[in-house]
Amino acid sequence: MPAGDARPVLEVRDLRTVFQTRGGEVHAVNSVSFDVKPGELLGVVGESGSGKSVTMMSLVGLLPMPPAEVRGGEVLLDGEDLLKVSPARLRDVRGGEVGFIFQDPMTSLNPVFTVGFQIIEPIRRHMGLNKRQARERAVELLELVGIPGARGRLSDYPHQFSGGMRQRVMIAIALACDPKVLIADEPTTALDVTIQAQILEIVEDLRARLGMAIVWITHDLGVVAGIADRVMVMYGGQVVEHAPVHPLFNDPRHPYTRALLRTIPTVTGARADKLQVIEGQPPMLGAAPSACPFRDRCPLAFDRCHAENPLREVVAPNHDVACFHPLAHTAKEAVA
Amino acid sequence: MNAQRPLVEVRDLKMHFPIHSGLLRRQTGAVKAVDGVTFDIYEGETLGLVGESGCGKSTCGRAVLRLYDLTSGEVVVDGRAIGTESQGSLRRMRTTMQMVFQDPQACLNPRMTVGAIIGEPLDEHTDWPRKKKRARVEELMDQVGLNRAFLNRYPHEFSGGQRQRIGIARALALKPKFIVCDEPIAALDVSIQAQVVNLLEELQDELGLTYLFISHDLSMVRHIADRVAVMYLGKVVELAPRDALYDEPLHPYTEALLSAVPEPDPAMAGRKRERIVLKGDVPSPANPPAGCNFCTRCPKVMEVCHRIDPAFREVRPGHFAACHLNDPRYGPEHSESAEPTAPEATRTQHGGTR
Repeated sequence: MPAGDARPVLEVRDLRTVFQTRGGEVHAVNSVSFDVKPGELLGVVGESGSGKSVTMMSLVGLLPMPPAEVRGGEVLLDGEDLLKVSPARLRDVRGGEVGFIFQDPMTSLNPVFTVGFQIIEPIRRHMGLNKRQARERAVELLELVGIPGARGRLSDYPHQFSGGMRQRVMIAIALACDPKVLIADEPTTALDVTIQAQILEIVEDLRARLGMAIVWITHDLGVVAGIADRVMVMYGGQVVEHAPVHPLFNDPRHPYTRALLRTIPTVTGARADKLQVIEGQPPMLGAAPSACPFRDRCPLAFDRCHAENPLREVVAPNHDVACFHPLAHTAKEAVA
Repeated sequence: MNAQRPLVEVRDLKMHFPIHSGLLRRQTGAVKAVDGVTFDIYEGETLGLVGESGCGKSTCGRAVLRLYDLTSGEVVVDGRAIGTESQGSLRRMRTTMQMVFQDPQACLNPRMTVGAIIGEPLDEHTDWPRKKKRARVEELMDQVGLNRAFLNRYPHEFSGGQRQRIGIARALALKPKFIVCDEPIAALDVSIQAQVVNLLEELQDELGLTYLFISHDLSMVRHIADRVAVMYLGKVVELAPRDALYDEPLHPYTEALLSAVPEPDPAMAGRKRERIVLKGDVPSPANPPAGCNFCTRCPKVMEVCHRIDPAFREVRPGHFAACHLNDPRYGPEHSESAEPTAPEATRTQHGGTR
């Protein structure tokens, strides 16, 4: 349980990222703000193309520039603005203070180096340990993420591991230098449900033991419901709703969040005859937003939604929503 | 619905892929991707086929349409055994059985227009004049909810959900009776998944189609399927009507699989659910364990499981399972826990807020 009064370890203010493409600009991230406290797990939910991954990669400069360009905003890691620091300092931050777990464990491990080498590399770079110490630390990490026979497996190559094991190796690498913030970009999407359950257990356990802040990106609302403290819903490069996990699932305010929760079938409870759908397609992000990104698919859209982009407004403690419709501000169980 | 005749009968289907090694490339083993699978699909129903990646569910789906040459076993589609048909007569049968593939990006030729893609089966199997074909293509586009005006566009101009609609329209072109849907929604976003699933259901009602719906998404299968088969390492471990399977799973693997699905249930949000977390990974299908395939990971494993492979038995009317727990000979002391209500009751749901 995160302490309510702790200072956020990561604070992002008004981040904007634009891609220059041959077909014009793509505004992938528009004024995204959020923060994470130590020991807290922030879930980030949204469809593909909603800007979840780009937001997180912008934080530590992982996007190729050009074509990407961070147009503005602040990324404060313990008060230090990561958008203004030197490349050398940023290299210290990446893998050191901020750990990253990528989506696809098949492509994010280097196939020509042993797993041991890939875990030891950041430990030696960031923590200045010698070879033997780093090796010990690597064994310790692999045991931590539950790889049997850890010492023997250091000299194995990634292809000798299964998908779930590779993802554990990725987690071990991300944890190698005791990061303050761990960013997990769809870490379980490529895995089967039984393996996903194993990974979720490990993360729960590690969070309790190591007390780092975690940002967990996913499109699976079920995963978020199980592990997150707070949830941020993104749509069209913007944060449309942000709330602690319980209110978000019981009292969603934004029409998109509501619709999203209704489209998903479950394995227990009543079975609907027909799935609810969100008609239409996600928006193209060709220009800076001048209207609500969800307007074309929204059942509640009215004149103002087509003319202005709604800002995030607080509707309940720790709960904010970017929607003009009065239902978003009042109703508990509204007919949407 | 289940009282109807079976449209597809699969009997002891085996699909082994040989492994060659050594200097002379002799066959040294086989990947037993599908190893003795038996099931029926009744006319007008949807059979869901679920399992983890690598369990052989896609291979099974392809073998049912004889896209592979079967190692052994028999597949009867619409009264005709297709296991030994020649390619020529198989080709004429393709009009009754079609497939929707997983990746709508990869299964559409990028150099063909949408009209040409959807019309290709008509070119192959009919001698209709061009006008009639075009009318049929337009009718199909209406049916799957694509704008007729897009007839001359190319696949890259469409989004993932629309591309999957093109794939569905192509499968429907010859008015088939039976369609194998191989993970048709896995590559799509949640909000688009629902659109495609609804489309498949509408088409089924309208045209009386029979589906084999292959998926790893248990919640989506619960929505669309009438009966569900669960596969593990090349074998069907449980086959039951949908509600029976989800409410009272008889096989420990099904139970574990269901408990592993994270649920966006508002009442449960922020609370912890008792999960059955399986240890380890799926064994290699080239070298399956002795006895029951699941014995290396099973939480309820018994001594007998390491020796004897359990038979696939009808435990209750319409509810098949392959597990010694359901066999009074092997699991007398375990027979209580194999009762339908017991696993439900032991799976306590303690609500510690975090």
